[in-house]
Amino acid sequence: MSEPDLVIDAKELTKVYGTGGSEVHALRGIDLEVRRGEMMAIMGASGSGKSTLMNILGCLDQPTDGVYVLNGARVDGLDRDQLADIRNREIGFVFQGFNLLARTTALDNVELPLLYDRSGRKLDSKALARDALERVGLGDRMDHQPSELSGGQQQRVAIARALVTNPTLILADEPTGNLDTHTSVEVLALFQELNAQGVTVLLVTHEPDIAAYAPRIMELRDGLVVRDHATVARQDAVLDPGGGEPVEPVESLKATS
Amino acid sequence: MRLRRFIDIALDSILKNKMRSMLTMLGIIIGVGAVMMMVAVGQGAKSQIRQSINGLGTNLIVVTPGASREGGVSRGAGTFNRLTVQDAEAIKRESLLLSGVSPVILAPTQAVGGQGNWRTMVRGVSTDYATIRDWNVSEGRLFDAEDLRGMRKVAVIGATVAKDLFPNQDPVGQNLRLRDVPFKIIGVLQSKGQTGMGNDQDDVILAPYTTVQTRLAGHQFIGQIVASSADPADIPAAEQEIRGIMRERHKLAPYEPDDFTVRDQTDIMQAAEGTTDVMTLLLAAIASISLLVGGIGIMNIMLVSVTERTREIGVRMAIGARGSDVLSQFLIESIVLSVIGGAFGVAVGFGGAEVIARLTGWSTAIAPAMVGLAMGFSATVGIFFGYYPARKAAQLNPIEALRYE
Repeated sequence: MSEPDLVIDAKELTKVYGTGGSEVHALRGIDLEVRRGEMMAIMGASGSGKSTLMNILGCLDQPTDGVYVLNGARVDGLDRDQLADIRNREIGFVFQGFNLLARTTALDNVELPLLYDRSGRKLDSKALARDALERVGLGDRMDHQPSELSGGQQQRVAIARALVTNPTLILADEPTGNLDTHTSVEVLALFQELNAQGVTVLLVTHEPDIAAYAPRIMELRDGLVVRDHATVARQDAVLDPGGGEPVEPVESLKATS
Repeated sequence: MRLRRFIDIALDSILKNKMRSMLTMLGIIIGVGAVMMMVAVGQGAKSQIRQSINGLGTNLIVVTPGASREGGVSRGAGTFNRLTVQDAEAIKRESLLLSGVSPVILAPTQAVGGQGNWRTMVRGVSTDYATIRDWNVSEGRLFDAEDLRGMRKVAVIGATVAKDLFPNQDPVGQNLRLRDVPFKIIGVLQSKGQTGMGNDQDDVILAPYTTVQTRLAGHQFIGQIVASSADPADIPAAEQEIRGIMRERHKLAPYEPDDFTVRDQTDIMQAAEGTTDVMTLLLAAIASISLLVGGIGIMNIMLVSVTERTREIGVRMAIGARGSDVLSQFLIESIVLSVIGGAFGVAVGFGGAEVIARLTGWSTAIAPAMVGLAMGFSATVGIFFGYYPARKAAQLNPIEALRYE
C-alpha cells in the first residue's frame, strides 16, 4: 500500500488531548513521508506539537486519527504489546537526557534492547553490542559505567543502544540538549556519519542550528506543518572519536547552545 | 536467558540498596524464623510424646471400661465400670497371643514412712506388669507370683517416692504405711522420668493387685487392664482376641456394642499427637502473622522502588520492553527479596530451635521438608505482595515515565 522505499508514510495525523470543552489539538493533520536512508529534522518551538509527533512516530503514543505506516506496515490501532515489539524492532531512541541505566556498564546498556527481542532469532547480543559500541567509537569504553563517561560519551552509548537492533529509523529527541557546543557537533557528526552508512535519522529539535545539519527540515507550528524543505546540510561537523584535536565550534552554535 | 537477566537485575537492585533491602527482608526473616521455631518446638514435643508413649512399654494394649466412641452412638459409655480383676485373669488364661496381662487398680494413697508423708498413686498390678511396661527395679526385687497369691503386703516404690521418703538411705527392707496398712518395701523402680505431658512417672508405688484390692481399694472393679503381645505384628489380632474374650465374659449380644475399649499404642499416640498438632498449628498461625507483616513491608518497598525507577521503566519500555517484561522484572525482584529473607529466616529458625532446645531440654526437630515449605511460602509472599507494585510499574505510560523527574 505504500512504496517500498518509504520508511514513514503518515497521512492526516491528528492528536487531541482531553475531552469536551478542554480539548487540546496537539496535531491538526500532518502528512509525512520519509524515505529510507534519509536524514531529516523536525523543528518547532515548544507547544508546536513536535513532541507529540515524535511520540506517535516512535510508537510510544497513538494518533487520535490518521494513518501511520511504518516500514510498510500500519501501526495505528495496535495494542501496547504490539507497539512495544515494534519499538524494539524498528526504532532506536536517542533522548536528550541520555537515559542510560546507572551503575550498568556501557556494554550492558547497549545490550539491553536485544534482551527484549521477541522475534525468536538467535542473537549474540554481546557481540552485537560490542559492534555497536565500536561503530560509535567507544570500543575502548565498554566496561565503563555512565558515571565514568563524559556527556558526549554517554550520548554515544545511547546512540549505540539505538543502533544495536539495526532499526528502521533512529529517532533522536533533542540529542544535543544536554551537551556543550563542542560535544554537540561531535554527536551531530556521528549522526551524519551513520546516515552516510544508510541509517535513517530523524532529529527532533527546537534549535535551527542543530536542524541545519540535516538535509531536510520540517517545521511545525500549532500542530501543523508550516514548512518542509530540503537544504544543503552543514558539513562542518567532524567525527572525532579519538578525542584528539577539538573541533572549532561554529559561531552561530555558540550563541544558541 | 531472559529469566537469568531479570534475576541479575533484581540482585543488582537489592545490592545497590543494602540497608533498605536488609530492613525489608527483616520482616520475612522474623516471620519465617518464628514459624520455623514454633513448628520445630511442636515437632520436638511430638517426638517427646512419642518417646514417652513408647516408654509405656512395648506392644502395649490397654483395655479401659466404657464403650468405644467409634461407630455410631455409644450406650452407657464410661458410665458404668464393669471391668474386673476376673476379666484380666480370664484374658490371661484364655489368650494365645498375649505375652503378659495385668490389671491395674489405681488407689490414690497417703504413704507414711521414712521421713514422713507422701501422697502418691498406688497401682495394684500383677507380676506381668514390669514386663509389659518394660520396667525393672534398680534395687531389691519385684514381687513374684508367691507374693501375689499370698496377698502379701509388699511394695515396690518409684524413684521419686524413694527420694522423698527415704533420702540418703536404702528404702529396701523398710516399712511403709499405706492407709494405715504396713507394707514392706522390697524394691525400688528404675527412674523413667517425665511423660510428654509433664507427669512424673516415678511418683508411683506398685503392689500386688490382690493386696491392693482387698486392703486399699475395697472393690473388684479396676481402672484398666494392660497387656502386651509377643510380636508387634500380632497387636491387631490380639486386640480382637481380647474383644472376643471380653464380650463373652460380659455376655454381650451381637447387636450390643462393646462396654469396654481396647486401644493400642498407635491409638494413644495418635490421640496425643493430634493434640500437639493442633498446638503446633496454633503457634504457627500466630507466628505467620509476622510473615504477613513482613510481606506488607516488601510491598511498601517495592512501591517506593517503582516510583524511584519510573524513568528507568520508561526507558525500558521505549526500547521495547512489554508490560509483562516490566512486571516480571519487579515481581522477580520482590520474590528474590522474600526468598533471600526466607533463607535467612530458615537459618534463624534453626538457630532459635537450637536455643529453645538448650533452654528447655526438649528435642526440637526441623524436618527437611519444612525448609522447602518455608522457602516456598516466602516465594508466595513475594509474589502476593510484589504483584501490585509490579503491575503498577507494568501499567505505566512510557511517555509519562520518560518525562518523570
